[in-house]
Amino acid sequence: MEPLKIVAVSAGLSQPSSTRMLADRLAEAARRHVQETEQDTEGGRPVEVEVLELRGLASEIANNMVTGFPGTALSRALDAVAAADGLVAVTPVFSASYSGLFKSFFDVIEPAALKGKPVLIAATGGTARHSLALEHAMRPLFSYLRAIVVPTAVFAASEDWGGGEAGTDGLADRIGRAAGELGDLLLRRPYTAPVAEELVPFEEQLAAVRAG
Amino acid sequence: MQFGIFTVGDVTTDPTDGRTPSEHERIKSMVAIAHKAEEVGLDVFATGEHHNPPFVPSSPTTMLGHIAARTERLILSTSTTLITTNDPVKIAEDFAMLQHLADGRVDLMMGRGNTGPVYPWFGQDIRQGIPLAIENYALLHELWRKDVVDWEGRFRTPLQSFTSTPRPLDGVPPFVWHGSIRSPEIAEQAAYYGDGFFANNIFWPKEHYMKLIGLYRQRYAHYGHGTPEQAIVGLGGQAFMRKNSQDAVREFRPYFDNAPVYGHGPSLEEFTEQTPLTVGSPQEVIDKTLTFRESFGDYQRQLFLMDHAGLPLKTVLEQLDILGEEVVPVLRREFAKDRPAGVPDAPTHESLLARSREDAEAADAG
Repeated sequence: MEPLKIVAVSAGLSQPSSTRMLADRLAEAARRHVQETEQDTEGGRPVEVEVLELRGLASEIANNMVTGFPGTALSRALDAVAAADGLVAVTPVFSASYSGLFKSFFDVIEPAALKGKPVLIAATGGTARHSLALEHAMRPLFSYLRAIVVPTAVFAASEDWGGGEAGTDGLADRIGRAAGELGDLLLRRPYTAPVAEELVPFEEQLAAVRAG
Repeated sequence: MQFGIFTVGDVTTDPTDGRTPSEHERIKSMVAIAHKAEEVGLDVFATGEHHNPPFVPSSPTTMLGHIAARTERLILSTSTTLITTNDPVKIAEDFAMLQHLADGRVDLMMGRGNTGPVYPWFGQDIRQGIPLAIENYALLHELWRKDVVDWEGRFRTPLQSFTSTPRPLDGVPPFVWHGSIRSPEIAEQAAYYGDGFFANNIFWPKEHYMKLIGLYRQRYAHYGHGTPEQAIVGLGGQAFMRKNSQDAVREFRPYFDNAPVYGHGPSLEEFTEQTPLTVGSPQEVIDKTLTFRESFGDYQRQLFLMDHAGLPLKTVLEQLDILGEEVVPVLRREFAKDRPAGVPDAPTHESLLARSREDAEAADAG
């Protein structure tokens, strides 16, 4: 059986990076959810996870802005995202929004590459006061790209890596819920091959111009 | 196979000494470059058309008419003529006039232009770019082939009993290429008319252009103009050469790093690896250009971009000496090897005239 592919994009910059850590946990939770759900029915569908760190692509992303085409490594990353069955997108919050590197990556991707693709959005930050960046910046970005964004967006502030804030679900619960939503969408979404560019025969183009 | 040069006509500061040529100097340089092209045995000189600084060639047929009077063999062409914002009637007239003055040494390349603001300056809208290219060219095509035209369209006042003068030389319209960087619609248009298709082949990796040219070849055959291998393909390319590779790289690097189009991005090394740009010895340029045939099939016209990014005239003329004396003779020989018999040369006025006479005789006989 063709494995389902989950690609996680992390725009974390430090080493080690809490953004990367969140991306890993979300992707792994989604993978486990799919496999456990499938085990009950068909005996387990293989799931592949690939994590892309944008830090390593930073100069190629900038070059793409200047030249209009991706270099080798960036090209591979863009293809991986386009071919993924589901995407986990994680950014640190910089100046009240996604980081410039994160946005730049999604600026150079083919606009149709995310059409109809299930996406889990997540972010990290020093304080939970940044958490709505997910709703006012990340979600509209992926809506614009016509992706299907799962309802639960996961924000991890510094304190979440410890006990978290009293009175809210812990980080692990939120990861589980979001990953479950992504996993369910992956299973429901039939695999569709990328559509080849359609050619409009010249007579039709001419007729369309004449018809005004 | 034809070899030549194409120029954008940009006025760019030389990054090595901060000197900026005047418009007058740049225009005269373009003419000197065209002369040099003929002198070193190249076949084609093509100029861009632009209507905004820092570019000077807003009036290509004026320049080409001047060059025509001072050359003997050079084919004069464009890269490109804006089919979107020019009145197709004026294109028909200007290029037919040029054709007479140049005794047929004229063809032209249609393009849409890439600068949004140019459209409204000429009363058009960039969102209509493709429909404009389609309708305007359909009219241009008709104006050169029918003595009296009645016509009505979306983008121009109607014509009734209109005759575009002068009529094309010997009744043979100039050959038309269609240039496109990214639009399959234009490859389809070129194929439909049996015109040539030119891929500028400069900015992006070859895979991108291979797709467009493959589409053009396949549709050329679909419309019954010949086999895919017989379609008329032109390619761009760019090079900077010195006897020693390292000298070429050292001398060209500041121009590359500051070039308006790709400067301040990837390194020279990355860009030469990923695109057709070659900076090195004449042999390296020969080797790289010969790979184009493997990627795109046997083709008809190779144009090089040589005068850009602020390179001084003296350097450009030296480059043309190397191109004409050391590179093109080898390329002519190598491209002729194993070229299948059915692959045509690029159409010229003479070949098109001969074909139209054959067609007329066949019609008479039938």
